[in-house]
Amino acid sequence: MATEAQGEEAGGLVFHPMDQFIVEPFFGDGAVSWYTITNATVWMALAVLAVFVLLVLGTSKRAVIPSRMQSVAEMAYGFIYKMVEDICGKEGVKYFPYIMTLFMFIVFANFLGLLPMAFTPTAHISVTAVMAFAVFFGVTILGFVKNGGSFLRLFWVSSAPLALRPVLALIELISYFVRPVSHSIRLAGNMMAGHAVIKVFAGFAAIAAIAPVSVLAITAMYGLEVLVSFIQAYVFAILTCVYLKDALHPHH
Amino acid sequence: MATEPIDMEMAGTCINEFGSAIGMPQLCGEWFGNQIFWLVVALVAIYFILSRIALPRIGAVLAERQGTITNDIAAAEDLKVKATEAEAQYDKALIDARAEAQRIIEAAKADIQADLDKAIAKADAEIAAKSAESEKAIAEIREGALKNVEDVAKDTAQAIVAALGGSADAKTVSAAVDARMKG
Repeated sequence: MATEAQGEEAGGLVFHPMDQFIVEPFFGDGAVSWYTITNATVWMALAVLAVFVLLVLGTSKRAVIPSRMQSVAEMAYGFIYKMVEDICGKEGVKYFPYIMTLFMFIVFANFLGLLPMAFTPTAHISVTAVMAFAVFFGVTILGFVKNGGSFLRLFWVSSAPLALRPVLALIELISYFVRPVSHSIRLAGNMMAGHAVIKVFAGFAAIAAIAPVSVLAITAMYGLEVLVSFIQAYVFAILTCVYLKDALHPHH
Repeated sequence: MATEPIDMEMAGTCINEFGSAIGMPQLCGEWFGNQIFWLVVALVAIYFILSRIALPRIGAVLAERQGTITNDIAAAEDLKVKATEAEAQYDKALIDARAEAQRIIEAAKADIQADLDKAIAKADAEIAAKSAESEKAIAEIREGALKNVEDVAKDTAQAIVAALGGSADAKTVSAAVDARMKG
């Protein structure tokens, strides 16, 4: 960020922690319309490429005794498959490719975003909100298709005392509609906050006396962000599974 | 991330004249369409890569590995059973061999015993013959000795009678000695 200090007070601390989230055309300048190839496009494409390399090229030998990359691919497969099976049961396995798609995209977008100078698509609420609303509408429609009107019994807590049930139904209904919001903001907020904090520490590095502390802090934050990158992808996937389970088995 | 200042006319509602973000770029409506469009493209691409190629392949590889492991375990079980059988056969052969050895030892012992018995019997017979012979010899010697004693007694008696001045014929003396010896 310090490179763009032109036109601003020279010598002072320059903080632009949010500039890393700017979307701009990747080739040349100009306006950003919906089809423009932007930095967001490029980093999403890299995530797709990484998924392709890991899961397709990594397993191209179909070895019974796997290479390192193949065993990573198999671990990813087994990890998500087991999660879907454990939470949603046997009939949830059908939806495994969708959850795997979301998980692989998020995990690679997060990790690629940790590279210096990278753009993090998952730090954008518009990206995570699309995924969260896709999950929300998907499971809601699926719930009604699978269970018909009895899907509404999700909101009717039959194990609670009768007098409490209307109140609980209201709370359940509100929490149901808040799901996509929390689902998307959790991921975008975590990614944005971590990257912004690293940038703030990087801004302090301009002062020689503070620079060592700043570098240490960036290192520590980076380590934390590596964890957060994986955990948030995992959380997004596991919440998707939980919502899917509600759609498949709406009875408490 | 902006690395050079953007011209005034390019700066929109989200970027200021220095190319820095105004507020949160995440909330800039101008960029939503672009991101959503490319996100959908990316997700559809990943979905097709996964569902058409990657997931069936990995599933097949895992199933194949499971099959291989199961087969190998079954083969190992087979070999184990065979090893157990071989061990049983070995044990049986060992027991048979022991029994055979025992039998041979018994036969040898019986043979030796028979030979021994025969030899002992023969030796006993010889001993018995020898002792019978000896007894006979002893009896002869004893008889001879008795006779000698009688003769000596008769001679002595005759001599004594003669010395006393009597005369006695041999017949009388011998009868008297006989009578005396019997008494």
